[in-house]
Amino acid sequence: MAHKFFPKEEFLLKGHAACPGCGAALVLRHVLKALGARTILVIPASCSSVIAGPFPKSSYSVPVLHIAFAASAAAASGIVEALDKLGEKTFNVVVWAGDGGTADIGIQALSGAAERGHDIIYICYDNEAYMNTGIQKSGLTPYKAWTTTTPRGNPSFKKDMPGIMVSHRIPYVATISPAYPNDIVSKIRKAAKIRGLKYIHAHIPCPPGWRFDSSLTVRIARLAVLSGVWILYEYENGVFRLTGPSRKLVDKSKRKPIGEYLKLQGRFRHLSERDVEELQKLVDERWEAIRKDIMGENA
Amino acid sequence: MKRMVLSGNYAAAYAVKAAKPHVVSAYPITPQTTVIEKISEFVEKGELDAKVIRVESEHSAMASVIGAAAVGARVYTATSSQGLLYMYEMCWWAAGARLPIVMGVVTRAIAPPWSIWTDHSDILTLRDSGWIIMFAASAQEVYDMTLQAYRIAEEQCVSLPVAVAWDAFVVSHTYEPVDILDDEEAKDFIRPREEKSLIDFEDPGSLGNLTYPDTYQEMRYDISRAMDNALSIIRDIDEEFGKKFGRKYGGLVEKYLCGDADYIIFLVGAAGGDARVATNILRRQGVKVGICRIRSIKPFPYKEIIDVCSRAKAIAVLDRSSVFGGKGPLAVNIRAALHESGINIPVLEVVGGLGGRDISVEDFLEIFRLVIKGKKGLIWWGLKGGE
Ligand SMILES: Cc1ncc(C[n+]2csc(CCOP(=O)(O)OP(=O)(O)O)c2C)c(N)n1
Ligand code: SF4
Ligand SMILES: [Mg+2]
Repeated sequence: MAHKFFPKEEFLLKGHAACPGCGAALVLRHVLKALGARTILVIPASCSSVIAGPFPKSSYSVPVLHIAFAASAAAASGIVEALDKLGEKTFNVVVWAGDGGTADIGIQALSGAAERGHDIIYICYDNEAYMNTGIQKSGLTPYKAWTTTTPRGNPSFKKDMPGIMVSHRIPYVATISPAYPNDIVSKIRKAAKIRGLKYIHAHIPCPPGWRFDSSLTVRIARLAVLSGVWILYEYENGVFRLTGPSRKLVDKSKRKPIGEYLKLQGRFRHLSERDVEELQKLVDERWEAIRKDIMGENA
Repeated sequence: MKRMVLSGNYAAAYAVKAAKPHVVSAYPITPQTTVIEKISEFVEKGELDAKVIRVESEHSAMASVIGAAAVGARVYTATSSQGLLYMYEMCWWAAGARLPIVMGVVTRAIAPPWSIWTDHSDILTLRDSGWIIMFAASAQEVYDMTLQAYRIAEEQCVSLPVAVAWDAFVVSHTYEPVDILDDEEAKDFIRPREEKSLIDFEDPGSLGNLTYPDTYQEMRYDISRAMDNALSIIRDIDEEFGKKFGRKYGGLVEKYLCGDADYIIFLVGAAGGDARVATNILRRQGVKVGICRIRSIKPFPYKEIIDVCSRAKAIAVLDRSSVFGGKGPLAVNIRAALHESGINIPVLEVVGGLGGRDISVEDFLEIFRLVIKGKKGLIWWGLKGGE
């Protein structure tokens, strides 16, 4: 339904090498539709290096600089500064990096580019593990989730990456989900109008990595939002605002129980009832902090 | 032409100013710091119209100049030792992506233990990465070579990054008279970079895609060919520079009294100065000795080495870098050149001058004495307490 508002042109071409049901392909497709042809992608080592397909073809019909795992934000800095000096006017430089390339090995370069204020749209597509190398834990893997390096469940907590970026005082931070393409397009277009480093964090259900059937991607993405596990929001110049369906979820009774989200995914199959309760409590605490923020009680 | 008194590092900065890069990106490390300080000063004063990216690491320094060069910019960066090792992954990326990046490397020993003094272990780690490596021995040569590096790197049949190295402190912080080009002269020598950039929104390119085993090897072979092409390009540009501005360095190697020499020391970098003094002393005594200073470490000048050795009775090779469990990088290559051309003369492999240890005129006299005696094999030079 939403698609009638979007440009018809496709920039993620047929024949790309993503798995069936890949959330990353869904989000990237809408991101590129929102930005159009004058967009340069910078892609570090990740699933997306493979989704591009092998030389001499490319499934992305915009210019792409493939770059080393830790280097995407810095390479984007160089592109932005060079094009500015060379007199190129309207273009978007977009980093499209995984959770590992963003929150772990690439966090230093990202922090540097953010602090320098380079005019980049940095998108972290967060499939919550190192998928390209076969589902290993990253700094954004959820607490207790199974990965091949946390076979009994992840003992660490997921880093609050958007929070880290907010603390850099960049002009725009937002979260998106493949279940809400209108929200994706409006946030990306807004980001494109703002100067400085814009950070967008996308929730990316991944059928092989999360252990679910490829027909369930959008349903799982939506359940993540409706259960309040994934919160849609934006920070514009430091001012917080919930967006889309998340606006109505401050009231706990409006949120679906987390179990509905977890039970569709093999990576949470080993959880006990108590584990699920613990995860529910974490979600509720997060929302309580948001409620207090909105009410000004944390001031 | 204008004469100034400059340190090696300032000479590099003045050369960069003349080359007019669009983007300069670097991270501070002793002894490289004054290069980027001076460039920043030029930019702040409006004397150089470039963007300076104050990156948070050397990995990002190289990544950002890769990004900039990929979209058609002329770029510069500089580093030393730990910094070069920290950016190592990106150095291979720069060469593999065939980007004409120019980098200054002020050679410094690698830790631990900490040492800020010269030693060539750092720059030599680049030797298989696809970078052209040129080594200068004076502030003037740093200036001239940095300018020439842009010409070499941007030559279409080369399209490879070029590192210009010089020794910590001995060159980097030592002031000498340096002739620098006027704007008009520089403009005549170094034209704006012309190359198709990755950025063509109508016909979008993709740099660094996944390759299968059916293509990768050919791309590597292309780099190997580009390196071979660089041999003559380096010589030609040295000639052209010499014709235009009166300074020539012999291209790939600088020979000092090698023509009729019976005994020759091969070396790299600033130690060449003391070696020349030792040569002069022995020549006055009637001993035919010479010095061959290798300027181009990559591509390695096999032909020149063979030429120089064709009359010699014995030689020594000074490797000013850590040699663990094998032979020194220079020694290996020079021995290979000799072997291939059937020249069978004694080779004395000297490892020394590490972590800034001085190799004096006395040392070179002593090395020559050993060469004359026909001593062969590998020795660690000037070890306290002996081997
Ligand atoms: C320096 C370096 N270390 C490790 C790798 C191997 N590697 C390639 S992709 C990848 C994981 C990427 O994870 P993420 O950023 O989350 O992207 P995803 O594959 O999940 O899309 C790893 C570990 C590499 N390419 N470079
Ligand atoms: S592993 Fe996951 S993120 Fe990677 S291509 Fe497949 S579905 Fe997409
Ligand atoms: Mg991932």
